[in-house]
Amino acid sequence: MPADIFVRRFNNGLVFFLSVAALTAGSILITQYDVVAGFTSIAKAFAWGARNFYPDHHAMARLPEILRKLWQTVLMSIAATTVAAIFAAFMAMLGSRTTRFNALSSILVRGLASVFRNIPLVAWAMILMLAFSQSLVTGYLALFFGSFGFLTRAFIETVDEASLDAVEALRATGAGYFAIIFQAVLPSCLPQMVSWLLFMIDTNIRDATLVGLLTGTGIGFTFDLYYKSFHFHEASLVVIMIVITIIVIEMFSNYVRRIIL
Amino acid sequence: MTALQQIPGRPLRKEKVVIRLLLLGLAGTTIYALATLDFGGIDMAEAVRDTLANLKIIFLHPGGPRLSFLSALEEVIITLGLAFLTTLFGGIIALFLGLLGAQNLSPKPVTVVVMALVALIRAVPTILWVLIFAVAAGLGSTAAVVGMTFHSISYLTKAYAESFEDLDRSVIEALKASGANWWQIVFQAVIPSSFSYLLSWTFLRFEINFANAVAMGAAAGASGVGFDLFMASGFYFDLREVGLITYIILAFAMALEAAATRAKGRIKHAG
Repeated sequence: MPADIFVRRFNNGLVFFLSVAALTAGSILITQYDVVAGFTSIAKAFAWGARNFYPDHHAMARLPEILRKLWQTVLMSIAATTVAAIFAAFMAMLGSRTTRFNALSSILVRGLASVFRNIPLVAWAMILMLAFSQSLVTGYLALFFGSFGFLTRAFIETVDEASLDAVEALRATGAGYFAIIFQAVLPSCLPQMVSWLLFMIDTNIRDATLVGLLTGTGIGFTFDLYYKSFHFHEASLVVIMIVITIIVIEMFSNYVRRIIL
Repeated sequence: MTALQQIPGRPLRKEKVVIRLLLLGLAGTTIYALATLDFGGIDMAEAVRDTLANLKIIFLHPGGPRLSFLSALEEVIITLGLAFLTTLFGGIIALFLGLLGAQNLSPKPVTVVVMALVALIRAVPTILWVLIFAVAAGLGSTAAVVGMTFHSISYLTKAYAESFEDLDRSVIEALKASGANWWQIVFQAVIPSSFSYLLSWTFLRFEINFANAVAMGAAAGASGVGFDLFMASGFYFDLREVGLITYIILAFAMALEAAATRAKGRIKHAG
């Protein structure tokens, strides 16, 4: 009966839309989201931006200082990601089905990675700030812990998904554990792992802005200072510089990915 | 031994050279960064000791006099609400942009413009979008939702466009040949056949938006559990309350992650 299909499709659609509508109404209610202001603020923000949010010549005078902070932030993000990747690579060897010692080590590593990844960056930043105070170390460690959790999981998935043929061939010849890892596992997984590393650097430079804002360091703090003192021309220059940096790094990552993958 | 030495090394291909250069460059940058960055003259040993002591209180004695478990739960639900609204608004707009950005549905110049726009939106960190909109809408949940929606649009447009592009070209051509117009093709073939991918991608974004909503609560004064976290650690210095909040966020984040992993499996399985 063809009519049945249409009735069922209609009913399914109706149920889907009604549940989305109910969730939407509930969300608007509990978050006190102002629907009208939501729409008008977009127009207002663009009108305001056109009038105030562009760099003027006073702002350009601050460029060297902004670039110095941005450079520091980029360096910090890269350092945090690379060091996290080294630790994550070790953990991934313990956690992957292919290279683990036993099932227990795998479960422990996966659990640890999950905890590190799911504690929000904000929580890391705030917890670390209590002892490390307003310094770049706070941001560095916050990014490090988050990246460590994320990369461990990504690397485990990469090793798990890689072909086992080379590993089995080496195992059959009686090769040792480290020979297998360095001759079979790493060579076949390295491109994908590097791709994850580049992705993480991208993400961390973006997140460094947020962490900097919370912990009073780096480019995030620079933006916050200008923003809160209503120096919007300078703040806009900070945004433009961040955008350029991220786009350049993204283009570089894409270029590298095209070659290695 | 001599026989082994005579085996010629495998020739270096371009991708290997690139990987090695990249890793060398990153290692050099990292060493340079760690050696030159101004770490602000703090006593590392003491700070590490303090942090460990703090972590012990946070994870072993969660609680706190001001925030009860139930009210913390309520705050997480508010955060989930922010994430839901962001994902919904982002999804609706991304659906249209995704149609315009899919190469099998739109002319080349349009897809290029849409994808460039989307890349530009993504290059501005979420927190900056939120703060820019906060000037117009005031700090709070409205600015947070509108600002976070921008990144969701960017992410979902790319994901949706790729899902649409997976559709077999012959289906579209068959419909075109039978005289269907663009809207009929979209609503009768493209969206129904990619609907389950769209849902999976949307759910993956919801997971990201939950983490974002926590961050915006802390950094941009949006309501929800992020704001409580910021107050507990930045104003009241109440480590036990930080512990309670961290545990609750962790529980929700892990549940979302488990569901997102299933969604990801569906995308991979079909793709």
